[in-house]
Amino acid sequence: MLVAPALIVLAAIAGWPLARTIWFSFTDAELSDFSHYAFVGFANYLGRFEGDWDGVLADPVWWGALWNTLWFALISVSLETLLGLVFALVLAVRFPGRGMLRAIVLIPWAIPTVVSARMWGWMLNDQFGIVNDLLMRLGVIAEPVAWTADAGTALWAVIIVDVWKTTPFMALLILAALEMLPSDIYEAARLDGVRPLELFMRVTLPLIRPALLVAVAFRSLDALRMFDLIYVLTAGGSDTMTISSYARQQLVDFQEVGLGSAAATLVFLAIALVTVACLTANRVRTAAEETR
Amino acid sequence: MRGVTGAFLIIVAVSTGISLNGAARAADLAIACSALGKERELCLQGIDEWAKRTGNTVHIVSAPNSATERLALYQQLLAARAPDIDVFQIDVVWPGILARDLVDLTEAAGPHAADHLPAMIKSATVDRRLVAMPWFADVGLLYYRKDLLEAAGRPVPRSLSELAETAKLVQARQRAAGDPGFWGYVWQGRAYEGLTVNALEWIASSGGGTIIDDAGKVTIDNPAAEDALITAAGFVGTVSPRGVLNYTEEEARGVFQSGHALFMRNWPYVWALGQSADSTVKDRIGFAPLPAGGPQDTPHAVLGGQLLAVSAYSANRELAIDLVMHLTGREEQKRRALAGSLNPTIPALFDDADIRRDAPFIAQLRPIFEQAVARPSAVAKASYNKVSARFFDAVHQVLSGTLDSAPALERLAQALRREEARRGWGR
Repeated sequence: MLVAPALIVLAAIAGWPLARTIWFSFTDAELSDFSHYAFVGFANYLGRFEGDWDGVLADPVWWGALWNTLWFALISVSLETLLGLVFALVLAVRFPGRGMLRAIVLIPWAIPTVVSARMWGWMLNDQFGIVNDLLMRLGVIAEPVAWTADAGTALWAVIIVDVWKTTPFMALLILAALEMLPSDIYEAARLDGVRPLELFMRVTLPLIRPALLVAVAFRSLDALRMFDLIYVLTAGGSDTMTISSYARQQLVDFQEVGLGSAAATLVFLAIALVTVACLTANRVRTAAEETR
Repeated sequence: MRGVTGAFLIIVAVSTGISLNGAARAADLAIACSALGKERELCLQGIDEWAKRTGNTVHIVSAPNSATERLALYQQLLAARAPDIDVFQIDVVWPGILARDLVDLTEAAGPHAADHLPAMIKSATVDRRLVAMPWFADVGLLYYRKDLLEAAGRPVPRSLSELAETAKLVQARQRAAGDPGFWGYVWQGRAYEGLTVNALEWIASSGGGTIIDDAGKVTIDNPAAEDALITAAGFVGTVSPRGVLNYTEEEARGVFQSGHALFMRNWPYVWALGQSADSTVKDRIGFAPLPAGGPQDTPHAVLGGQLLAVSAYSANRELAIDLVMHLTGREEQKRRALAGSLNPTIPALFDDADIRRDAPFIAQLRPIFEQAVARPSAVAKASYNKVSARFFDAVHQVLSGTLDSAPALERLAQALRREEARRGWGR
């Protein structure tokens, strides 16, 4: 009874749009005319048309976008976790100016994504960009690289910007976990003469693991929904598309509410799947440890 | 509670007051026009004159600057059959998408339709209904550096191969002279509508057609189109920077206006900026028709521009049509050309004595406008965005070297034919 208001609010702001999206994914509705549409079953997902497969799941662009998204999520989240861990360990040590540094580290996270994407877009510009200028002065590259123009480098450019932006978020979550660790364990370890690396691997890491897993799950879900950075930074062709930009293109550019909703539903399913996997993995491991 | 009821009553009173006023005296119209640069001011002056003459009132609703957002907003309003806006300023490729929510202006325009550029009227005609009137026009131009061509003793190129040759020569000269970042040719290669325009210009100027012909048949998989794309792909990394694959109009202008490129494909708006006081290349640039594919081909620039359309849900349809006819009429287009250098869509105006004297740039565009081609938006109708996206995607892959020209165009044609078979153009 007490949670009823919360559930109603949740149903109104999350459940209703979701249900509507799923419903539209089974119709041939179009953006220009919402009054006429017909139920088409699973045709938007996968259907047959004149002897050929048709629908989102038969579209090579969708699979390319899914591959891009997974690849982006894997690499960016791994890099962010590693760097975030290093940052957090450094920031956890007491040294003069630590408070100031902690605040400074957060700046990339505080800048709106579209602004930082634009900023990086100019920094990565092939003709006037500061990145090319620096690398050329250092002698790393012989001539300017068109970072955002090629599919190969464009995804890397997006990963670099994403890592730059979200590592502070990772560092902050891990730092919070580090601050919670009881200092007596470290006292005991110091008295026993445990080496720093061993201390980290056997004491610190297991203790912050729950927080780390939550942070990784958060970032993975965000990365799977990646849209804004790619939209602003790259050429917008199918070779740098993510599943979210695929859904947007169908819905807005092509007016295909049916196909677009099907793609959006698939995005939702993919993310739900990853969430469930994360939660189960966490629960199984916790349970295993409790029985041990 | 009483406060709320009071406020509601006031709103009702005010709104009925307005509508009663409207019925008794004059109508209150709304026009959605662009607020880009000087456009809002020019729009305001134009409607003020009409309002004064007819005794009605018109107010401007500023449309979003981004074309994609503008289209999405219009579609929402029209899909909801909202009578809030009577007249819409629309892009030349939108009539096909919006046609069913727009009023047929054939009768109102009468013989005046023939005064306008034929390609403009063609874009505005969907299923034999003239759903919008041309307001101002845009066209692709080849900008060049006068001083560098003179120094190299080369003429303005007339074909793509001549352009590549001259670009290579001057690029090597400039680089040897101490500008390592100098490029021969910059254009718009990002995978967006601008690439559709650029690629269509290469292909149409090589005799390769316009993706879909007037009858709705997909024609893009032809040898002339394949060759045109092979030539263009040859620019990337040689005379054009690889980064051109992510350039829009402004990135290209940045390279050209800072003096780091010999040639540039762009719209007329660049002329005024390139000749402004703070431009590095002031008085050293010229413009010409875009080059043709081969020596025997005719060059075709792609037509851009804006039209005015009347909403089918307007409560003041006749007045709205009258306003559109006034704004797109000869006098108003001349005023806008002189006051804001917006290109008229009435070819006769290019020879107007005042325009020749005060806006010579516009007068010189006439031959380019007359050979301009329209994108296949009127025939692809609501599917135009999809056709364009598939086209620029295929072209982008050819330009970046992931696919060869012939298989890319074959795949594109197959996808487009399937699209047509599945839904028909612009269902």
